[in-house]
Amino acid sequence: MIRFALQGLLARKLRTALTAIGIVLGVSLISGTYVLTDSISSAFDSIFSQNYKNTDAAITGKSAFDLSDDGTQQAPPFQADLLQKVRDLPEVGAAGGAVNGEAQLIGKDGKAIVFGGAPNLGFSVDPSLPQFNSLTLVKGGWPGAGEVVIDTKTAAEKGFQAGDTIGVQARGAVRPMRVSGLVSFGAVSSIGGATLAGFDLGTAQRLFDKTGKLDQILISAKKGVDRPQLLAAVQKVLPPATQVRSAEDQAAEDAAGTSEFLSFLQTFLLVFGGIALFVGSFVIANSLSITIAQRTREFATLRTLGAARKQILGTVVLEALVTGIVSAVAGLFLGLAIATGLFKLFDAIGFTLPNNGLVFRTRTVVVALIVGVVVTVLASLRPAMRATRVPPIAAVREGAALPPGRFHKYRSAGAVAVAVVGIGTILAGLFVDGLATRTLLILLGLGVLLLFVGIAAFSARLVRPMAAVSDPVARWSVVVLTAIAWPFILLPLWLIRRLFGRPAEFPGVLPDGPAVTLGGQNSRRDPRRTASTAAALMIGLALVTLVATLGAGIIKPFEDAVDKISSSDYALTAQNNFSPLPPTVAAAAAKIPSVTELTSVRAGQARAFDKTISVTAIDETAPKLLRFDWRSGSQASLSELAANGAIVDSGYADEHSLVLGSTFQLQTVTGKLLQLTVRGIFKPPAGGSPFGNVTISTGTFDSTTTQPQNIYSFLNIEGGVTPANTATLNAALASFPNAKAVTIEQFKDNQTDGIKSLLNVLYVLLALSVLVSLFGIVNTLVLTVFERTRELGMLRAIGLTRGQVKRMIRQESVMTALIGAVIGIVLGLVLASLLAARLDEISFTVPVGQLVAFAVVSVVVGIVAAIWPARRAAKLDPLEALQYE
Amino acid sequence: MEGTDSVVHAKGVVRVYGEGDTAVRALHGVDVEIESGQLTAVMGPSGSGKSTLMHILAGLDRPTSGSVTIDGIEITTLGDDALTKLRRQHIGFIFQFFNLLPMLSARDNILLPLTIAGEKADPEFFDTLVERVGLADRLAHRPAELSGGQQQRVAIARALVSRPTVVFADEPTGNLDSRTSGEILDLMRSSVETYGQTTVMVTHDAKAAAMADRVLYLADGEIVKETGRSSQHEILQIIDTLDLQ
Ligand SMILES: Nc1ncnc2c1ncn2[C@@H]1O[C@H](COP(=O)(O)OP(=O)(O)O)[C@@H](O)[C@H]1O
Ligand SMILES: [Mg+2]
Repeated sequence: MIRFALQGLLARKLRTALTAIGIVLGVSLISGTYVLTDSISSAFDSIFSQNYKNTDAAITGKSAFDLSDDGTQQAPPFQADLLQKVRDLPEVGAAGGAVNGEAQLIGKDGKAIVFGGAPNLGFSVDPSLPQFNSLTLVKGGWPGAGEVVIDTKTAAEKGFQAGDTIGVQARGAVRPMRVSGLVSFGAVSSIGGATLAGFDLGTAQRLFDKTGKLDQILISAKKGVDRPQLLAAVQKVLPPATQVRSAEDQAAEDAAGTSEFLSFLQTFLLVFGGIALFVGSFVIANSLSITIAQRTREFATLRTLGAARKQILGTVVLEALVTGIVSAVAGLFLGLAIATGLFKLFDAIGFTLPNNGLVFRTRTVVVALIVGVVVTVLASLRPAMRATRVPPIAAVREGAALPPGRFHKYRSAGAVAVAVVGIGTILAGLFVDGLATRTLLILLGLGVLLLFVGIAAFSARLVRPMAAVSDPVARWSVVVLTAIAWPFILLPLWLIRRLFGRPAEFPGVLPDGPAVTLGGQNSRRDPRRTASTAAALMIGLALVTLVATLGAGIIKPFEDAVDKISSSDYALTAQNNFSPLPPTVAAAAAKIPSVTELTSVRAGQARAFDKTISVTAIDETAPKLLRFDWRSGSQASLSELAANGAIVDSGYADEHSLVLGSTFQLQTVTGKLLQLTVRGIFKPPAGGSPFGNVTISTGTFDSTTTQPQNIYSFLNIEGGVTPANTATLNAALASFPNAKAVTIEQFKDNQTDGIKSLLNVLYVLLALSVLVSLFGIVNTLVLTVFERTRELGMLRAIGLTRGQVKRMIRQESVMTALIGAVIGIVLGLVLASLLAARLDEISFTVPVGQLVAFAVVSVVVGIVAAIWPARRAAKLDPLEALQYE
Repeated sequence: MEGTDSVVHAKGVVRVYGEGDTAVRALHGVDVEIESGQLTAVMGPSGSGKSTLMHILAGLDRPTSGSVTIDGIEITTLGDDALTKLRRQHIGFIFQFFNLLPMLSARDNILLPLTIAGEKADPEFFDTLVERVGLADRLAHRPAELSGGQQQRVAIARALVSRPTVVFADEPTGNLDSRTSGEILDLMRSSVETYGQTTVMVTHDAKAAAMADRVLYLADGEIVKETGRSSQHEILQIIDTLDLQ
């Protein structure tokens, strides 16, 4: 029986391959995800361990509380004299001190060098202690006073060589520096697109405003001293606000942020692999159902020869198992290509991920194989059960109908029930309070899954009514698209064919009445088949619609929020739109005489009520440029902040029962305790608030923070937005290449860039699922052509031309695609409206333009899917086809 | 069951297709006994119920009422598993349209009943069987590479390979030209002679029926006559007198 199953598969190679494409693509995304994240993680590991390769212990400054890893704030530096004390310890072999900070390199064009959103790392290097130096000198020499070494990638891409002069900007204005040499970071060519700038210690301390201070001391133990002894000895000389960790702990601490990010990225991408597989499982189940219907006689014959039901089940499942294994292996290796593609995709949106070569782990192989095989076998179960119901008499009786299954009666009701349970699960996830994020996501995922399965099972009932509408829509949208493509594709193709002397019908545009009508009828013939073919596309489109609608729902309120908060003419931001800027930037703009008002928002972190929160600080000009939606207090509150006033957002106030006049304690990064009095409570705008939970005065903020930074500055200028004013502002910022002045409209666009790039990534990932469903349609059509060979022969015999056969099949294809698209889009909108109803940050906004685009894409999917099956059908010889059995 | 010479008994077999106004009474209480080691032909015009009767005798279909036993086992009430076992042990089929599996070679097609039952072929028996049906040099071919007559030879070998108690053939020559038909009928006759293979053959061809040891005449769902071994001429005469055209 095993041989029989395998030979059956081989005999149906083409059909099997078509069936398997969904699984191959799904598995490839899963394996690609693992390869990608493993590669990134191994690259990061090598970066972090490289940092501490000869180090036994590291001393760092300690903030009063754990800072979050977004890098907006650094632990405060400590006094440099600690280095000598450490060196004097008998347990210490060698110790080196270092400082670091953001150092922006300036290109020859005077613009800041940034690769996407990657950081600009600046640090001191000490060539006299090579054991602590993780850089490799590739060219030139180590930096002396006032010199810099830069990484080879930046040098190559921006045309710098050793000996050139490059602009460097840290806390102050740009300084020209000689490039003494080029370096690389161990074996890693690029650390996520970050630029590297290394200075000698004195230069670095001056650049980063850390004269007489250090950020880090790296220590190696004397021979014979073990780690615990070393740590204990160092511990004794540590001043307050510093800490010592073993090298491994320090590396792990450094890596904590990235490993969290990686596990998020992994889960995120795996979800899309799962979606593609889910869609693929529909394609498999559908193709198998069709194939099994076509093999009724074969199964019946086997039954007459003594095959038990179990054996029939076994054959079908075994075929699925083999298909699953082969596709999973193919997908596994395609995953390597996908990983490379994902690296490129992230690179393209300015999010370069470090890559040291692809890492292919055993876990990837195991998971990909298991998932691929399990999904295929699960998808085959229902069709396999159907196959067991084939009665032996079907071997001799034409068109013997399968006896309906035991649950046939309950099919529609069951489908509705599944969909309702799905919706219920989604609602529970969204509206039950106090669920953990994980539970919530699982409930949402499960609910959406059930909803899809339910709708897919029910949609057979929708096919006939929907076909009535999609028939003319398909007809005319094909006409429009054909008319558009006619001069560019159809006519040239026809000319080429004629040129090579091949007969070809002159391409027409208008719909072909009889052929298209036949196609329309065909799509209604087997509603279940049409519905399950359309279901695959439905899922893809529902998700794309969901993403588009949520995207629109996030961007719109954000823009509204900016409109509400500020009516200024211009904003000052970093080149990358989000990095904080030193206050000197705003100060330079404020010096322009025509600037009437300018206010800056400082941002940082602090601790209150035992939690680390974001704090912002505003200055005296704020009331003129920033508007708050006050619950208690008023614009006047902004000027009453003084040394110990604070305004808080309403959510935070509710959480901690704060009212006007309440006092609470806030601990700043430097450990200072502030007793703050609530002067105002505001409602943050729905689209995201630029303000932290607590906002204090800039004066208080600056006196309790090392190196305060602005996240935004807003300003008004005489004459408002004009090209001349823009030029004036940018001229004033010339010495800060990392800063730019943008109009408030540009500011809104720039701030939503991130979301837009994210949306694009989501579209690319979902496109894979749509691709799988396209293959699903191809599959169904090819199988249908097989099945209707005799009928097609008959139609050709009574005068249908090849072109008409093609158009007939195309009509069926486009109608199927449209049915899937319409159900999918509606479903996507429903899901989006549920999410929008729950999340304050999102307003339900229908992105009409995009939805129309999706519908057009679906029609194109239908047209493309029909090309090959239609050619096969048109190639059939009428005579042979009539004899086909 | 030695002693009694018949292996298949049918009593009062009635088969009604459909319900109500559209009901068709295909068989009205048929009683049949199939003798062991004989070739029994079932003759009758198209629509007389030959196929229906054969399907019921072979356990492919259930009668509306009546009883059928094969080798003493009442089959009309058997469950699916028991029927499957019965087919493996007692029943072989030869179909009008051959019903070979296109992806298997002739050899694998022939061996299929044994493969399904998880049994091994007796190599000697297999070799002589293949020799007898004249397929020795065609065993590696797929059905698509064989002529209609050759395909039916494969089907005959397949029906015989498990040495079933009874072989049922529904119009085995219905899809073949007359020369090939003759060869196939000779083959079936010789299997009865050589192996004593009990065979039931449905046909409306007098030439085929003339090969049989016994001929049953069916008209409108009833057995109207039964003869022993007869010539083609005699059979045609009976058909004429019974007005079975
Ligand atoms: N599946 C069926 N459903 C309804 N009527 C049937 C079916 N099979 C056969 N019949 C009817 O039963 C009668 C006997 O058919 P059949 O046994 O096929 O005759 P024969 O094989 O002698 O030509 C015919 O009238 C035929 O139309
Ligand atoms: Mg018949």
